[in-house]
Amino acid sequence: MNRHADNLARTTAESRRSRFDVEGVRADFPILNQEVHGRPLVYLDNAATSQKPRRVINTIARYYESDNANVHRGVHTLASRATFAYERARGKVHTFLNAPDMHQIIFTRGTTESVNLVAQSHGRSTLKAGDEILVTEMEHHSNIVPWQLLAEQTGAKVVVAPVTDAGELDMDAFERKLTAKTKIVAVVHVSNALGTINPVKEITRLAHGVGAVVVIDGAQATPHLKVDVQDIDCDFYAFSAHKVYGPTGIGVLYGKKALLEKMPPWQGGGEMILSVSFEKTTFNELPYRFEAGTPPIAGAIGLGEALDYISGFRHEDVVEHEQDLLAYGEAALLSVPKLRIVGTAKEKTGLHSFVIDGVHPHDIGTILDHEGIAIRTGHHCAQPIMTRFGLPATARASFAIYNTRDDIDRLVEGLAAVRKMMG
Amino acid sequence: MTGNSDLRELYQEVILDHSKRPRNFGRLEGATHHADGDNPLCGDRIHLELEMAGDRVKDVRFEGQGCAISTASASLMTEALKGLTRGEADALFHKMHETCTGQPDVKAVATPADADVDIGKLAVFEGVRQYPLRVKCATLAWHTLRNALAGAHVPAKTE
Repeated sequence: MNRHADNLARTTAESRRSRFDVEGVRADFPILNQEVHGRPLVYLDNAATSQKPRRVINTIARYYESDNANVHRGVHTLASRATFAYERARGKVHTFLNAPDMHQIIFTRGTTESVNLVAQSHGRSTLKAGDEILVTEMEHHSNIVPWQLLAEQTGAKVVVAPVTDAGELDMDAFERKLTAKTKIVAVVHVSNALGTINPVKEITRLAHGVGAVVVIDGAQATPHLKVDVQDIDCDFYAFSAHKVYGPTGIGVLYGKKALLEKMPPWQGGGEMILSVSFEKTTFNELPYRFEAGTPPIAGAIGLGEALDYISGFRHEDVVEHEQDLLAYGEAALLSVPKLRIVGTAKEKTGLHSFVIDGVHPHDIGTILDHEGIAIRTGHHCAQPIMTRFGLPATARASFAIYNTRDDIDRLVEGLAAVRKMMG
Repeated sequence: MTGNSDLRELYQEVILDHSKRPRNFGRLEGATHHADGDNPLCGDRIHLELEMAGDRVKDVRFEGQGCAISTASASLMTEALKGLTRGEADALFHKMHETCTGQPDVKAVATPADADVDIGKLAVFEGVRQYPLRVKCATLAWHTLRNALAGAHVPAKTE
């Protein structure tokens, strides 16, 4: 392409993106083009899982149709293509997180497995009785239970930092709970139940002040925020592909090299070794030491494509679009009688959790489904924060780049149907 | 709006009435049997207390929170149970299961002929069949009943 054509293409692309052509975005997601119960689908359950753009689906299909082979084994052409594509995906994650080195990117099954890896490898090899693991009240079960298991194994204690009525981390209380005993601080970047964005950079700075290692659950952050692990300075960062327009079954753990290098393997098998004899096994280098067995190759390649897709937008445009949905959604929801939004943090992204007096969230969910609207109802795998707010469950509408103000209007219309049905 | 006619099959007037004004709600003085039911994913919780006089249900009450379906189911169950023998209560459990799922309970043991009971008002739960994900809401109270009568101390679950 000559320079003029190149510039023209770039300008066209930019102008399309700066207006944020949401209809164009919607056309990228084949699943959105369907009716549910006779109404066009409104998908507002993105915090559970996002939909996948056609190019991610096609990339996975193409991989299986033309390149499928095992990685890092064999010398044939397909093995070489598969290995190259798999490692290229790692490179894309490296860029996406602004990690210093590609070898600090470990592929896992998802955020949950990433957190368990840190707990069982780093945690188990370093914690002792009396040490403390500091979590927050707004954690997902996947950032609570692995630490409870670790506490049982080591005699360490899980300590909980409370959340304010607005659903923000109580930073004063957090600081008070941070002591010389604190060895690990495990915090969610964006709460899946409340939408709160936690000040992870400040949390990391404070935690490092007492010498604690910081683990961040980024499952809900990566679809909405620009994550820079070097700027945050966290020790570990975990996320799942399927919430950021990629496939299920693949996730990432980023770790600081000095820590990863000291960590013992946590699963044994092929791929993670250099040599095996019955006398002695030498473990492979980073990151392969933590990727025992055949990895989810197609998943990693799909994730790489999803990151390319999301990186193709100007981040400012994505933020502007999603913040517009959040603000419009808040005003629209608050117009519904007897509706209360749970989680009113100043810094929020991606979702609104809500309850309606006298109507259980599950009834809301069933009735909205009849209107073609998919939302999540329940405790969102975050029971402690539900307990904190005295609620058994909430309804949650969560947004992605392909959602529109029309989707929110349909939601509000649907909630009127809920009121009509339930009286 | 579209789809509301089938929704009415699920949210029938009787169900909405019982969900808003549950009958036999509260604690039971002199309870001889009790059990808890818990569907944590839904956030449905029930505490059931029974007073048995010999083989018969003399009184029954429940407490808890849940969706319209689970609350109405518990309320209608308490109404249906009073005066039934254990055998009849068990027979009704199986009828309720069949009503909600359209399938006979595979774990059912043969019901004695003298324990035959009429499904009565509980027929309103037939609409649940179209909503497989909601069967657990409609049957939680009934599983809790079974645990209470068996003297089980582990909370009943249907999810």
